[in-house]
Amino acid sequence: MPSYVDPSKCDGCKGGDKTACMYICPNDLMVLNKEEMKAYNQEPDACWECYSCVKICPQGAIAVRGYNDFVPMGGQVHPMRSSDSIMWTVKFRNGNMKRFKFPIRTTAEGAANAYPALKCTNLDDELLSTEKQLPSPTMVAK
Amino acid sequence: MALPNKPLGELPAVANPEVVEHDVDVLIIGGGMAACGTAFEIKKWAPADLKIKLVDKASMERSGAVAQGLSAINTYIGDNKIENYVKMVRNDLMGVVREDLIYDLGRHVDDSVHLFEEWGLPIWKLDAEGNNLDGAQSAPSLPAGGKPVRTGKWQIMINGESYKCIVAEPAKTALGDENIMERVFIVKLILDKNKANQIAGAVGFSTRENKVHVFRCKTALCACGGAVNIFRPRSTGEGKGRAWYPVWNAGSTYTMCAQVGATLTMMENRFTPARFKDGYGPVGAWFLLFKAKVQNGLGEFYANSDAVKGELEKFMPYGASPVTPTCLRNHLMLNELKAGRGPIYMATDVALNAFLDAKKAAGMDEKGVKKYWKHLESEAWEDFLDMSVGQAGLWAGANIEPEKIGSEIMPTEPYMLGSHSGCCGIWTSGPDEAWVPTVDGPRSHQYKWGYNRMTTVDGLFTAGDGVGASGHKFSSGSHAEGRIVAKQMVKFCRDNASFKPELPKSAQEYADEVYAPVRRYLEFAGASTASDVNPNYCKPAGIMMRLMKATDEYGGGVATYYMTSGKLLNICLDLLKMLREDAELMAAGDLHELMRAWENYHRIWCVETHIRHIEFRKESRYPGFYYRSDYPTVDDANWKAFVNSTFDPATQEWKCEKVACINIIETEPWV
Repeated sequence: MPSYVDPSKCDGCKGGDKTACMYICPNDLMVLNKEEMKAYNQEPDACWECYSCVKICPQGAIAVRGYNDFVPMGGQVHPMRSSDSIMWTVKFRNGNMKRFKFPIRTTAEGAANAYPALKCTNLDDELLSTEKQLPSPTMVAK
Repeated sequence: MALPNKPLGELPAVANPEVVEHDVDVLIIGGGMAACGTAFEIKKWAPADLKIKLVDKASMERSGAVAQGLSAINTYIGDNKIENYVKMVRNDLMGVVREDLIYDLGRHVDDSVHLFEEWGLPIWKLDAEGNNLDGAQSAPSLPAGGKPVRTGKWQIMINGESYKCIVAEPAKTALGDENIMERVFIVKLILDKNKANQIAGAVGFSTRENKVHVFRCKTALCACGGAVNIFRPRSTGEGKGRAWYPVWNAGSTYTMCAQVGATLTMMENRFTPARFKDGYGPVGAWFLLFKAKVQNGLGEFYANSDAVKGELEKFMPYGASPVTPTCLRNHLMLNELKAGRGPIYMATDVALNAFLDAKKAAGMDEKGVKKYWKHLESEAWEDFLDMSVGQAGLWAGANIEPEKIGSEIMPTEPYMLGSHSGCCGIWTSGPDEAWVPTVDGPRSHQYKWGYNRMTTVDGLFTAGDGVGASGHKFSSGSHAEGRIVAKQMVKFCRDNASFKPELPKSAQEYADEVYAPVRRYLEFAGASTASDVNPNYCKPAGIMMRLMKATDEYGGGVATYYMTSGKLLNICLDLLKMLREDAELMAAGDLHELMRAWENYHRIWCVETHIRHIEFRKESRYPGFYYRSDYPTVDDANWKAFVNSTFDPATQEWKCEKVACINIIETEPWV
């Protein structure tokens, strides 16, 4: 189900060094054509349909069309992602629609504690920085 | 009209890229769950002056296997015994595993899960009445006694669309943006010039600008995931992108470590998961949360038949477990398909309606049932939308509503991995603990040599999909394993403070090697009017198809229902030898294609080790994942042992050997 870009909405992220979709695509598929200032998916048969580009596009210019070797035409799945939830619209080939909303995060973006002040010293045991104790196996083989 | 003999894409490559050299103490290669664990943990142990660099082919926010999200955390020990986790993994992987690594993973994994929850990952909980609450509803945290929603004994359900974003955030903060390089693809590890069997650096290139990066380091973590698109997939058109495992995993971990002499283990293991056909949506929640069953084409729920029980008795003790090993479940499904009793359906309709009927029978009114159904339907769709949106797209396109009709399931093409229900990978040291067996002989026979998760090469570590013979760690376990490695790498630097890495070749020589496909393109592109067809070179896309055709037809792919033999395997090895030679003739006109070229080098090597191991092991250890027609049974008397292989970078020779498998956890009872 490769992603595709609507040229009427894509603004090439206003000529920045990299577009949002180029920044995020885990498989390096999204590229910017600088003459047209539009992005496109350069290798649709390597698209995992992970929707990372769809979710991040600031213009809502990217959508997905089902893989043409097994998905009948006409359906579409499209997300709207906010900082704490995601809303999915599922449109069926026969026109039926379903909507689902799920939480995605319970803390504010940027609020995850990286424990920058935590410093540990004993390199010679197996404890990790936030662990207090470790068990050893019981029920051992004879 | 311009002729099509021009580079693809938008970032043309040049013959002479800029070469940048970096001196660091610690090099972290990868940006997935394992590398994020390392990034989070390492500065808590490192002295302030230790130089650390993380290099990721993608961007950490969405890189690795969890990029899309997940609907469950598959390993959370909670109230269970770690020993029982070891028993489960051991049985699922047909007995040949490193119990020290698995136990060690089990004792660290929950700490990572607790961090994920604290960082903001929504984890489903049970309320006082036993109903499911989604992860944003108010409930005590796991360490405070909150009850997770279990699916099976080891998994817990999450709202995991942003799982990777949430885990990457503190990893990046902890390490510092200045120590992270994204969009740089490391393609080769380098041994030290002076000290034998010691890692000293790595080389890679940017996929955004014409730049080659050469690193010198004292220690490195190589954690770049498993291997995908190594066997011909069932969908060969656009749908080949819809791989079950992340399509960008090219076997880089195994190949790069093997090429510098790290011993590999159980490379014969593969995973051919049975998933929803074509969309490859997950089945775990359908089996374990919704209690769905599989039906053959005759409408029979075959899994509990007498014939099946009889078949499982051929594979004792493994077949006796209440949870049948994954490969044997596939084996039973393949028997149905081969007997013409396909297709196999997941009876989603039967399962969902059973829940509604139960509510009605318990006296719930129509309005209540309707509300309950909305919740149930939402849970069913979320399973796909969190981690495999394409499956939802296939259902939408095909007008499939799971409460009305079941969906076909099918075993996929083979994948290689070490973190999911598979266990191929690299042979590593276990923890430095008294309960880890002491074994004489070379490191390729030992269980511990001082640094937990260090490969047989000094200073070279791996984690996640990289660590072999220790499956079922999944996302949470991979993170925990990355954290283990962080501490060990700092320890290695402390113990080797005087070591000064030196590379045997100049930075320019490495750059020449990395950019060879570009130079070949620029030299010969003019010899044809079409860029992709040229007598002097081959393109990465074609090489990948050639690889997948050879493995599929001779190495036990879907074409033969996973059947191969010594004869076929040796034909496969001959084909791969020529393929490896021709891969030297790959050409790349742009930076994206250069990435594809190097991914293919990695794929070819990685599959070759897979075929070599299957050839060496004269039995069929994983019926349902692959079969050898010449040795069709599980032969515990002769082969309940590891197969380890080592490539000698000096002589360029492979050696396969049988290594004893030691049980640490009791074997009576076996499960």
